[in-house]
Amino acid sequence: MSSHNESILREPLVTGKNITYAKVTNDILVPVENKPNAAWWIGFTVAALGALLWVFSVSYTFWTGIGAWGLNKTVGWAWDITDFVWWVGIGHAGTLISAVLLLFRQNWRNSINRSAEAMTIFAVICAATYVVAHMGRPWLAYWIFPLPNQFGSLWVNFNSPLVWDAFAISTYFTVSLVFWYTGLLPDIATVRDRATGLRRRVYSILSFGWTGNVKTWQRFEIVSLILAGISTPLVLSVHTIVSMDFATSVIPGWHTTIFPPYFVAGAIFSGFAMVQTLLLITRKVLNFENYITMFHIESMNKIIMVTGSIVGVAYLTELFIAWYSGSEYEMYAFANRVAGPYWWAYWSMMTCNVISPQLFWFKKIRTSIPISWVLSIVVNIGMWFERFVIIVTSLHRDYIPSSWAMFYPTWTDVGIFVGSIGLFFTLFLLFLRVLPGIAIAEVKLLLHSASHQQKLKLVKEGHLKPEQVEFYKESLDKYDSVSEEEIKELAK
Amino acid sequence: MGTHSHTTYNFDERFEFAGKAKTWSLAAIIIGVIAIVAGFFVDGSHRMFANLLLMGYYFTCVCAAGACFLAIQFVAQAGWSAGFLRIPQAFAGVLPIASIILIIITAAGLFTHNLYHHWHADGITDPNSPHYDALVAGKSAFLNVPGFFARQIIFLGCYSIFGAALAKFSYKEDLEGSLNSYKKSFKFSAIFLVIFGFTTPIWSFDTVMSLEAHWFSTMFGWYNFAAMWVSGLCAITLTVILLKRAGYLSWVNENHLHDLGKFIFGFSIFWTYVWFAQFMLIWYANIPEETVYFYKRWEPEYKPWFWLSIIINFVAPVLILMDRDAKRKENIMIFVCILLLAGHWLDYYIMIMPGTVEDHRGFGLSEIGSILGFAGLFTFLMLSKLSKQSLAPKNHPFLEESLHHQI
Repeated sequence: MSSHNESILREPLVTGKNITYAKVTNDILVPVENKPNAAWWIGFTVAALGALLWVFSVSYTFWTGIGAWGLNKTVGWAWDITDFVWWVGIGHAGTLISAVLLLFRQNWRNSINRSAEAMTIFAVICAATYVVAHMGRPWLAYWIFPLPNQFGSLWVNFNSPLVWDAFAISTYFTVSLVFWYTGLLPDIATVRDRATGLRRRVYSILSFGWTGNVKTWQRFEIVSLILAGISTPLVLSVHTIVSMDFATSVIPGWHTTIFPPYFVAGAIFSGFAMVQTLLLITRKVLNFENYITMFHIESMNKIIMVTGSIVGVAYLTELFIAWYSGSEYEMYAFANRVAGPYWWAYWSMMTCNVISPQLFWFKKIRTSIPISWVLSIVVNIGMWFERFVIIVTSLHRDYIPSSWAMFYPTWTDVGIFVGSIGLFFTLFLLFLRVLPGIAIAEVKLLLHSASHQQKLKLVKEGHLKPEQVEFYKESLDKYDSVSEEEIKELAK
Repeated sequence: MGTHSHTTYNFDERFEFAGKAKTWSLAAIIIGVIAIVAGFFVDGSHRMFANLLLMGYYFTCVCAAGACFLAIQFVAQAGWSAGFLRIPQAFAGVLPIASIILIIITAAGLFTHNLYHHWHADGITDPNSPHYDALVAGKSAFLNVPGFFARQIIFLGCYSIFGAALAKFSYKEDLEGSLNSYKKSFKFSAIFLVIFGFTTPIWSFDTVMSLEAHWFSTMFGWYNFAAMWVSGLCAITLTVILLKRAGYLSWVNENHLHDLGKFIFGFSIFWTYVWFAQFMLIWYANIPEETVYFYKRWEPEYKPWFWLSIIINFVAPVLILMDRDAKRKENIMIFVCILLLAGHWLDYYIMIMPGTVEDHRGFGLSEIGSILGFAGLFTFLMLSKLSKQSLAPKNHPFLEESLHHQI
């Protein structure tokens, strides 16, 4: 992490005038220390109604059994697994941002990691609910773990990727939670120090007695780095194993060797899209524009574009190899995807995931907040369709044409899915009220190296090449949080 | 501010290509050429061509990895690597020659039926011929001679042109000192990476996967990319260290080495990841048309080498480079780089040999001769290219950051 030697060409990660350590704390803690406004209440009410729908649909499923869903003899996995993979995928961005970007020393992660990690945890919770719901008898959920038991020789099938999945996801959830919570400790202590009464007691317990002395900070840094090292292979392994739920089988359209890295790329893609969806609104509503800047938005859009293209390469490779293999089942599976009864799902996937992110090649588009927001949702629609295409179109026409069938969702399928989105937003909105949505301590680290006011100081000192200062000045044009005046100030 | 307190470096420093490096690389070329000519008689043309393809492909891959490294540094706005960018740049500079050599090898091998005979044989797509192969006939819209060469020439030509363009901008930057070159490099790098990303899988399907024309794997392209990337990183690192040993690149220190080491560590794991995913999924599903590939590699001729490749390319870098200090020590890094360069030779060997020489595998004159010849050629061409310009891109806007890189 470069400090005072950071090049003037690098865009600022913190904008605004007279930003001090105190101001950072004040700005970020506004939503935590004050009563929510009307916008929050409206959002929360809608989300909570969604969560209620989820409770109702899931309860109905438990009461009636899996027959409440649209599954049939041929299509034994459909919306449920589609939604599950969709949520697990979304749950990848948080750890990617906090761990992988930390290892790569990308300090722009500092202001988006907290919310992204929280989002990850909520998305993985949503995903886990599908695993349990799909069991039919959720009260026996613990059977997926190899517990010593009194039921005879009832052990889980270690050969099954579904069991690997249970391990992968529970490990991932645990490590993500530990990572997120460790990162929160100094910030919780900040809230504690400013609070009184019962609030202070609660945050005091939550802060694990954080003192903020040098030793604590040193340990904090080491733990972060170790956890980053551990969670990097973990985050890659999770979607790898999810992909193996499909790829280890002999179903054409499922069994293909590129699945693991292709699923991981897709997960990062959808995860960043969801972070974008959430943060574009959060920064506006909570006035975080100086901390989540246009540079962050543009960088995330670039990642969406790159991962979308990687996913595109995988789609085309699959299509090409299906033909190249000369295997008639493979060929049919893909012909059926492209032009069969579910052609609309395939083409929605292609349009949303491969074509739409290419719009980010245009700077105007990737620095436009409304368009970025719409495209982030388009990407997540596309990623839902990707899983639907993989799962349903590969299953609905199997090896025996007499068993071919179509899948139609019931209201319960739809209810659980829409409800899980409600559940997700409920949790996220609650998070924003009780914990700082931006890592206060980590943003402070950037203040003397990567903030606009620091850059301004450097420019004023006057050792810089005028051309480079001009380059910096031009890069500020896209910032909605830097005024014309401030840009003019650079020219002195 | 301590910005200007560092020792002043001579960024106009040039590499002088003379002495031992020149003598030894020329000697390796000569010995290699003699051994290759002798190999045709001793081991037969079949085995010699398989080795030429292996080394020609390896050589091209390492050079292409240089171009790819360069482009990634620009699009990622990386600052740490600015101090040694001239090395991958020199790699990219050799790419045109490497490409021509590879195309000559594939052409000579194909037309003499020493290579690609599984899909290029008389009457193989003719239903009335005794040589008819329905599977190959089905693929012939892709696997045909004009298409094969058109793709080789277009892809490798493209990579070479972009590599040359990036080098040109960098040299221009030395002279002019303006930001124009930096801005242009950024744009060209982005376009190059898109082309590179979309075409390298196809390139590896053509050059290597089609040796066993019936077999197919969607992962093969990314698997080959991983091998290319790791071997490219090792070659870059090795060159950097050896140049430092020779008294050059005083501005590159153990911090840069550390990051290169992390890359080698991380991407060796990535290589293993794609290797394992391809292997495990095929093993698990156990579909005959897929398992045939690993079945051949589990015959007694190849099995020990098959597993040795995993030990060298995965276990070794993980265990050796796990420790922070190991990545900062020149000797250890030299050892790991050489080990991995040998490891990926073995990796390519296991990819290529079972589809060409089948069970008549060997390690002798042909193998050692081609390794020596190509290693010498690469060293000679790359160092001559390197000696043409100063060793630091002195006007690179992130050079200052690179000097202060500390981890």
